[in-house]
Amino acid sequence: MKYLDEYRDAASVKALADAIAGRQTRPWTLMEVCGGQTHSIVKHGLDRLLPPSLSLIHGPGCPVCVTPETIIDQALELAARPDVIFCSFGDMLRVPGSQHDLLTVKARGGDVRMVYSPLDALNLARENPERQVVFFAVGFETTAPTTAMAVLQAQRFGVRNFSLLVAHVRVPPAVETLLSAPDNRVNGLLAAGHVCAVMGYTEYEPIAARFRAPIVVTGFEPLDILSGVLNCVEQLEEGRAEVENRYGRAVTREGNRPAQALMDQVFEPVTLSWRGLDAIADSGLGLRPEFAEFDAVRRFELSAPGTASAGPCRSGDVLTGRLKPFECPAFGTACTPEHPLGATMVSSEGACAAYYRYRRDAA
Amino acid sequence: MCLAVPGQILSIEQADDPLLRSGRVDFGGVVKVVNLAYVPEAEVGDYAIVHAGFAISRLDEAEARAVLKEIAALEDIADEIS
Ligand code: SF4
Repeated sequence: MKYLDEYRDAASVKALADAIAGRQTRPWTLMEVCGGQTHSIVKHGLDRLLPPSLSLIHGPGCPVCVTPETIIDQALELAARPDVIFCSFGDMLRVPGSQHDLLTVKARGGDVRMVYSPLDALNLARENPERQVVFFAVGFETTAPTTAMAVLQAQRFGVRNFSLLVAHVRVPPAVETLLSAPDNRVNGLLAAGHVCAVMGYTEYEPIAARFRAPIVVTGFEPLDILSGVLNCVEQLEEGRAEVENRYGRAVTREGNRPAQALMDQVFEPVTLSWRGLDAIADSGLGLRPEFAEFDAVRRFELSAPGTASAGPCRSGDVLTGRLKPFECPAFGTACTPEHPLGATMVSSEGACAAYYRYRRDAA
Repeated sequence: MCLAVPGQILSIEQADDPLLRSGRVDFGGVVKVVNLAYVPEAEVGDYAIVHAGFAISRLDEAEARAVLKEIAALEDIADEIS
């Protein structure tokens, strides 16, 4: 298909991998921030085409994986209410909270439904005026504008039985936290192309300068990723640390202005605890006071989230690039996609799931 | 869940309310109705990246060609060396 097949051409992949090897004179560590890119790298074996001294580590790039257990527990509480239709993207259904997951609630009779778009949830609210419909709003800046639109439409059309459990996350504050860690070993970053399609990449410019780390906006097909890696390596070898765009067909420097405007209208940055990363200032999005009536936590007077339990899952280390999935003792034994112990094994974009699916022999 | 894929816009329905601008988008044979409010500049025939029922970016053909051309140049260099 147009814009897909051309970016998977084997001869071009080889030429790019050779060009990277030819440019590299020193070991470098790059982090891809987005789980979609992790998946593509592992699926197509791109890391194996690169010189061994060039390591790719996987970042916190999956909003399902970083949603804290405490918010999952709130979701479970809401989904168990008899008056509620609880809507979520499919990936969230199997993410464990402190006790169980949404699928368990569904099996016990909760009305839990999978949706593809927040607008599907809004439609359910219109079709079921006697029920309360709650949408579990997770996702990066790629998804937040879609939620914002559902809220604005609900307000405009007076849909009163619709609300949100919000767990949206913002990428740049997390990137800053990772780069500031005393044991940081990331030299350069591949920025998530679709987050940048919405947000542009001006937010990354001060970060690249402050940490002297090149940040390259990168797409998801094999050629996109290798061309992002090549650009990052070139910058590192030349001693540059700039933000460059290798996904120009979808991303501009300013991003999608109409989407940003609606997002700003509905949401404001708030402090959020990420699974594995603790609390990060301004890294979440909360509903602005004008839209408080759509906040499910308020509407259902949910108790404040408790503190997360420390289980055997090491996803925090996986999400910060300290541990490869197959280095976790539970990987592939106690923890599999059928019986996941952590979100990084549940979500189809989680690093543990990607390795389980494509790379079980790597352990 | 963040998967966003390119599709081609087959038709556009202009609504009175700009929030409701929508269209039919073809993903390699599978056609879906998509909200087009965030790509007001997109026209029928354009390709767009679609995520969670929304087009979030119109694809720029000239930029797409430019990158592929650069990569093809790398292949030529590799051929000359070998
Ligand atoms: S393999 Fe399972 S237990 Fe280990 S870090 Fe990944 S999700 Fe957690």
